[in-house]
Amino acid sequence: MNQPLLKMSGISKRFPGVQALADVSFEVAAGEVHALLGENGAGKSTLLKILSGAQRPDSGSIELRGRPVELPTPHAAQRQGIVTIYQEFNLVPHLTIAENVFIGREPRRAGFVHWRAMAARTREITGRLGLDLDPHALVRDLSVAEQQMVEIARALSMESRLIVMDEPSSALSAAEVAKLFRIIRDLRTQGLSIIFVTHRLDEVKEVCDRFTVLRDGRRVGDGKVAETTVPEIIRLMVGRAVDSLFQRRAARAAGEVALEIVGLTRRGDAQNPHAIVLDDVSLTARRGEILGLAGLMGAGRTELARAIFGADPFDAGEVSIDGVPVHIRTPRDAIGHGVGLVPEDRKQQALFLALAVHTNISLAALGDLLRWGTFIDERAERALVEQYRQTLNIRMAGPDQLVANLSGGNQQKVVLARWLALKPKVLIVDEPTRGIDVAAKVEVHNLLFGLADAGIAVIAISSELPEVLAISDRIVTMCEGRITGEVAAASATQETLMAMMTDRARRAA
Amino acid sequence: MDEVKQPVAPSRRDSIDLLEIMARFAPLIFLIVLIAAFTIAEPRFFSTVNLFNVLRQVSIYGLLAVGMTFVILTAGIDLSVGSLLAFAGLAAAAVAKGGLANRFTVGVEQEAAGYGWGLALLAAIAIGLAGGLIQGTAITRLKVPPFVVTLGGMSVFRGAALLFAGGGPISGFPHDYAWWGQGRIGPDWFPMPVPVIVFAFFAVVAHVVLRYTRYGRNVYAVGGNPEAARLSGLNVPWLIASVYVIIGFFAGLGGFVLSARLNSAEAVAGLQYELTVIASVVIGGTSLFGGIGTIFGTVVGTILIGVLLNGLVLMNVSSYIQQIIIGVIIVLAVAFDTFAKSRRRRA
Repeated sequence: MNQPLLKMSGISKRFPGVQALADVSFEVAAGEVHALLGENGAGKSTLLKILSGAQRPDSGSIELRGRPVELPTPHAAQRQGIVTIYQEFNLVPHLTIAENVFIGREPRRAGFVHWRAMAARTREITGRLGLDLDPHALVRDLSVAEQQMVEIARALSMESRLIVMDEPSSALSAAEVAKLFRIIRDLRTQGLSIIFVTHRLDEVKEVCDRFTVLRDGRRVGDGKVAETTVPEIIRLMVGRAVDSLFQRRAARAAGEVALEIVGLTRRGDAQNPHAIVLDDVSLTARRGEILGLAGLMGAGRTELARAIFGADPFDAGEVSIDGVPVHIRTPRDAIGHGVGLVPEDRKQQALFLALAVHTNISLAALGDLLRWGTFIDERAERALVEQYRQTLNIRMAGPDQLVANLSGGNQQKVVLARWLALKPKVLIVDEPTRGIDVAAKVEVHNLLFGLADAGIAVIAISSELPEVLAISDRIVTMCEGRITGEVAAASATQETLMAMMTDRARRAA
Repeated sequence: MDEVKQPVAPSRRDSIDLLEIMARFAPLIFLIVLIAAFTIAEPRFFSTVNLFNVLRQVSIYGLLAVGMTFVILTAGIDLSVGSLLAFAGLAAAAVAKGGLANRFTVGVEQEAAGYGWGLALLAAIAIGLAGGLIQGTAITRLKVPPFVVTLGGMSVFRGAALLFAGGGPISGFPHDYAWWGQGRIGPDWFPMPVPVIVFAFFAVVAHVVLRYTRYGRNVYAVGGNPEAARLSGLNVPWLIASVYVIIGFFAGLGGFVLSARLNSAEAVAGLQYELTVIASVVIGGTSLFGGIGTIFGTVVGTILIGVLLNGLVLMNVSSYIQQIIIGVIIVLAVAFDTFAKSRRRRA
């Protein structure tokens, strides 16, 4: 192992407003399983995209077996033997296993697809993985775990030397994970290298040889897994002095219970009927408090918010507002009961980009701004918009400006204004500061404090632990659709939260 | 508050967007240029008689285009307007004649048997509303794309019209019926055709609805971002279905006015109207992607197409070439719309 299989040096990548990667070096030896770790937004995805040819670095070099290579396209990366298996599989559901394995590279004879050779080679590869799958089975009939195996089989069929797996275990059952790990160890003995991205640190201990930790776009640590501990890795992942960045909310007494959820459960969709999205979730939110909802990506926070708000259906459970059980099936129902949701994706789910600021603010509350039950009282509407422009400090050229032309922070304030105009009892904010600059983040935090002080029960979802810690009175953590813990924000740290958010806590519980 | 006193800092993207201005006024400028060009090429074009002629010709298209604006604002489409118009026209004609048996009766005999223009109009509108309601329900309940539902509707309503009419036309209506298509209002030097007044009236009503009512706002919102509209508490399926009922109303009204103008209703009326109507709306600046557009633009677009076709007729251009021109115009207008959309995306 004198020469690494992959050597990325000095990789930097800048996106508008954010340095995604800064001078990152990353090495993977032949025949090792290498864990790439970091919080959401630490730069893992960007690094993987550069490695898979989906994005090009601003600077830095990539060497494979000591030779410098260019990876301008995903195709080029594949030709170099680097195959990435994403969380959302790149499979065509209505084609067979064999067709998916050899898609775009079908073995030919006299210009026509050589079906028999294709099936035989597929069977050989799946056999190598210790799987008994019919090459002619349709991919859409396979379980998630089996589909993942098809992805791995495809990687092997390309004679790849380096397989990147982005959170391969997140959708699998315990037995399926065990099988996956057995296959990963087999591949390692065959001399392949695997980059393993995961949020489950116990799995790192179980299957990985070495690890690299990214934080805020920089490499902050690496080493042998055998020589470290999970708490040490967590410390590397979160260890930064950001607490000072956000002003922490002063503790105050919470009021009566505004929202109570008991046993909320949502099973998977038709594609994946056995997965459980929300598993017996119960919680309460009180007037005048900010309840933080922390969890890693895919933990079920957004799904919980959408279920409460009626945006997605759920299978079991009860929701009560002010102690009265309610039936919420649509967002309309939720609004009728005084529940609001600021969704996580501003542009896709909240804004009408082609419409003016005033329309975006007044839309949901137009019912209160009508004359003769139909016509919009434009003077009242302007007054409403002006009121929120002042209280939320929305910087805009005028109410007729297109909302598309506002900055991200001001767009988010517009969405908040739409909900405040409805005077909600419960307001759920999902990633309220995603993609906006730090100054605007602080402004949004202060707004949320003001809402809670005004007696609204605020539920805040955030992937940034410092933010959750700063804005919440109480924090509930989720993992894989379940509530895994609850703490007062004052007594929580990033480390304790991270431990609650990962699988270890759940298994211990 | 201190913050309020700070000068408003406009973002750099607030600079005047030439493309947006072009998108807004291009149709009007194009219309003026076209009228000037035709007047130079053929002086007969710019006469009161001919201009009213143009307006009367476009008023049926215009009524449909007003309805189509609602549909396209929700990012939908209605291909069935021509067929529904024919069916509704036949229904009106049959009521006016007092039944299909009196298909060719004229004069006193006919006046005695018929039920009058009022009931005829109601019948046409009822057919239109029902057709629109069925299609709107199919789109929202069965979740079939509007393109497919109304493509089916185009065939269904045409078939229903042919079946109902038994192949032949129904012609010869009382004067008060025909007045709705052939009558004029105003002094001799300014004889405004009745269909033009009907078109103008409903264009104003539609403008007011879209611009000044909650319903109008909601139509824009649903078209601009259906998911955001749903999460803002709008009843999205109801709103989508409603625009097909609206265009159904205009198909019914249009069928009545057309039969009155031609003094005859037949099952093959309104063939390929959908193409001209969609072209009018899109040229008027309404985005096929939904959420953007105005009735004013649609009126300009409708007149523009009418002027183009009328001018070409006066210049003895073959009607086959006119079809080619309409087709090219649709593609160009949508290409412009797509370009503008990609610009907005990047902004």
